[in-house]
Amino acid sequence: MTPEEKTNWTEREGRLERFPIGRATRDAYGEVLAALGADHPEIVVLDGDLAKSTKSAVFAERFPDRFFNAGIAEANMAGIASGLAACGKIPFISSFASFLICKTFDQLRLGVSYSKLPVKLVGSHGGITLGPDGVSQMSIEDIALAASLPGMTVVVPADEVSTGALVPQVYAHPGAVFLRTGRNKVPRIYDPGDTDFQLGKGRVLRKGGDVALVACGIMVAEAIYAAQVLEAEGVSCTVVDMHTVKPIDEELLVLVARECGAVVTAEEHQIYGGLGAIVSSVLGRNHPVPLEHVALRDTFAKSGEPEELKKLYGLTWREIVIAVERVLGRKRRELSEE
Amino acid sequence: MIHRAGSGHPGGALSLVEILAELYARRMRFDPEHPDWPDRDRLILSKGHGVPALYAALAWYGYFPKEELLTLRRTDGRLEGHPDRCRVPGIEASTGSLGQGLSIGIGHALSGRLDQRTYRTFVILGDGEIQEGQVWEAALFASAHRLDNLTAFIDCNGFQLDDAVEKILSIEPVAEKWESFGWAVREIDGHSLGEIEEAIRWADGVRGKPSVIVARTVKGKGVSFMEGNNDFHGRAPTDEEFEHAMKELGAHPEREAFL
Ligand SMILES: Cc1ncc(C[n+]2csc(CCOP(=O)(O)OP(=O)(O)O)c2C)c(N)n1
Ligand SMILES: [Mg+2]
Repeated sequence: MTPEEKTNWTEREGRLERFPIGRATRDAYGEVLAALGADHPEIVVLDGDLAKSTKSAVFAERFPDRFFNAGIAEANMAGIASGLAACGKIPFISSFASFLICKTFDQLRLGVSYSKLPVKLVGSHGGITLGPDGVSQMSIEDIALAASLPGMTVVVPADEVSTGALVPQVYAHPGAVFLRTGRNKVPRIYDPGDTDFQLGKGRVLRKGGDVALVACGIMVAEAIYAAQVLEAEGVSCTVVDMHTVKPIDEELLVLVARECGAVVTAEEHQIYGGLGAIVSSVLGRNHPVPLEHVALRDTFAKSGEPEELKKLYGLTWREIVIAVERVLGRKRRELSEE
Repeated sequence: MIHRAGSGHPGGALSLVEILAELYARRMRFDPEHPDWPDRDRLILSKGHGVPALYAALAWYGYFPKEELLTLRRTDGRLEGHPDRCRVPGIEASTGSLGQGLSIGIGHALSGRLDQRTYRTFVILGDGEIQEGQVWEAALFASAHRLDNLTAFIDCNGFQLDDAVEKILSIEPVAEKWESFGWAVREIDGHSLGEIEEAIRWADGVRGKPSVIVARTVKGKGVSFMEGNNDFHGRAPTDEEFEHAMKELGAHPEREAFL
């Protein structure tokens, strides 16, 4: 039996202090976008026949003159957004994250990124937890693709409160931004009204000395759960909500790596090219420490219920705990070798 | 199936039932024992969200056990929410991101011509789906290369996800568009087995160009409260709605075995 199999996971689960379930991040987006629309006539919203799902429909209802349903034609929608932005508008375009990024990539590359235009891309149903619809609707490459575009800011908020606080900053940011939202109701990590979020700055949710957990999106709650479990077992964790995946908060990353000497990243995304890869690049260049990633291990998911999929593809606090045990083993070995 | 799964797209599945029934029952040559038989006719469901209707046809003809239909969309099953060619025999193309199936169909048709095989490739598209630019790129290619072994069906049920196609981004006059792209066009009632059969026979006879059958359909066909009610584009019926629907459809004899 491996040590992992000997572990009593039920007992560990009993120690979790779960957050209350809040709204979906896409709901917070829809509401705040519509509110912004009242003060900012230059906001124009387009959707690719998914307005009811992405929640851009809330804006559409209040400002029908500034909303255009582009139909099932995402590449065209991205091109239109480029033209609108060139004329001084702030276009918000939305679809499922997969279609929004994959189907428009060349248009985004030339018409948005290279053209330095402030188009705001809002992809809902990010990751695999949209569930039963399956792979064609899931997005596990969107962060990597969006982050690869020069100048593109990439934001993956964890809950409704942080989403609500970040959307006005996405609007105000002078460049292009990709904001990934989710389909499901998710744990509300922050108190309603909390506005302590800054684009480009990670937020430290817990301070500890043994290992730093750096997460984005739905994995932030899981990272906190992992920290709760580990704390009771004598491992103290720093937890960072890295809602802005790019440009990543390098200063904070190097700081927590220095303080803890070990880092674990967690994201609802393919292991290559996402948060983990970006953190790895930053730490490799600045302050290498033992590092582990919790992410999809070079695989697509499949149809299923969200919670089942999280278990099946290793996106829960359990995998974070296991990754911490691994990374601490490496840290200890490296210290004893020194 | 969709009721049991608790999610899915009943409206767009019901609108293409007769087309699939006609194709599988009377026209297509296929062998469930040998799903990779090189001379089989191809059916590519470009509007992948309608796949429950296709699963039903495939199960009926023995590609997999009918009981498996109840595992739709579950982690312990292989019947994905959208078609997956690697998992399910009889599924020719993985679709679900709209707009891609016609191009894949061209690949099959072109390959058939290169290999001097006589199979036909059928592709089913949604009327909202043909808003995708790729569909028209494919339309140009197929006519430029005179792919007369390729037949597209457009399931014109009048609705897409957010609203009526006419309200979001009109595709009309659809027959004229395909005609001007160099396709032979036929417009039919997509729920009339006779008209579908006749149109397929017509398509088999078209020479020198690809053919398209514009099928006028009703989204949610067969269930009174789903017909033309786009609320059922992407949600499963409740228990009560399910009971109603099954009554209206005249519950299938094997239904009891399923439940
Ligand atoms: C590229 C892409 N964009 C958006 C979607 C989401 N979506 C799924 S079904 C649908 C509407 C499809 O309408 P239509 O083609 O008319 O199909 P039907 O009415 O037969 O359901 C949309 C927008 C998708 N699957 N793929
Ligand atoms: Mg339709």
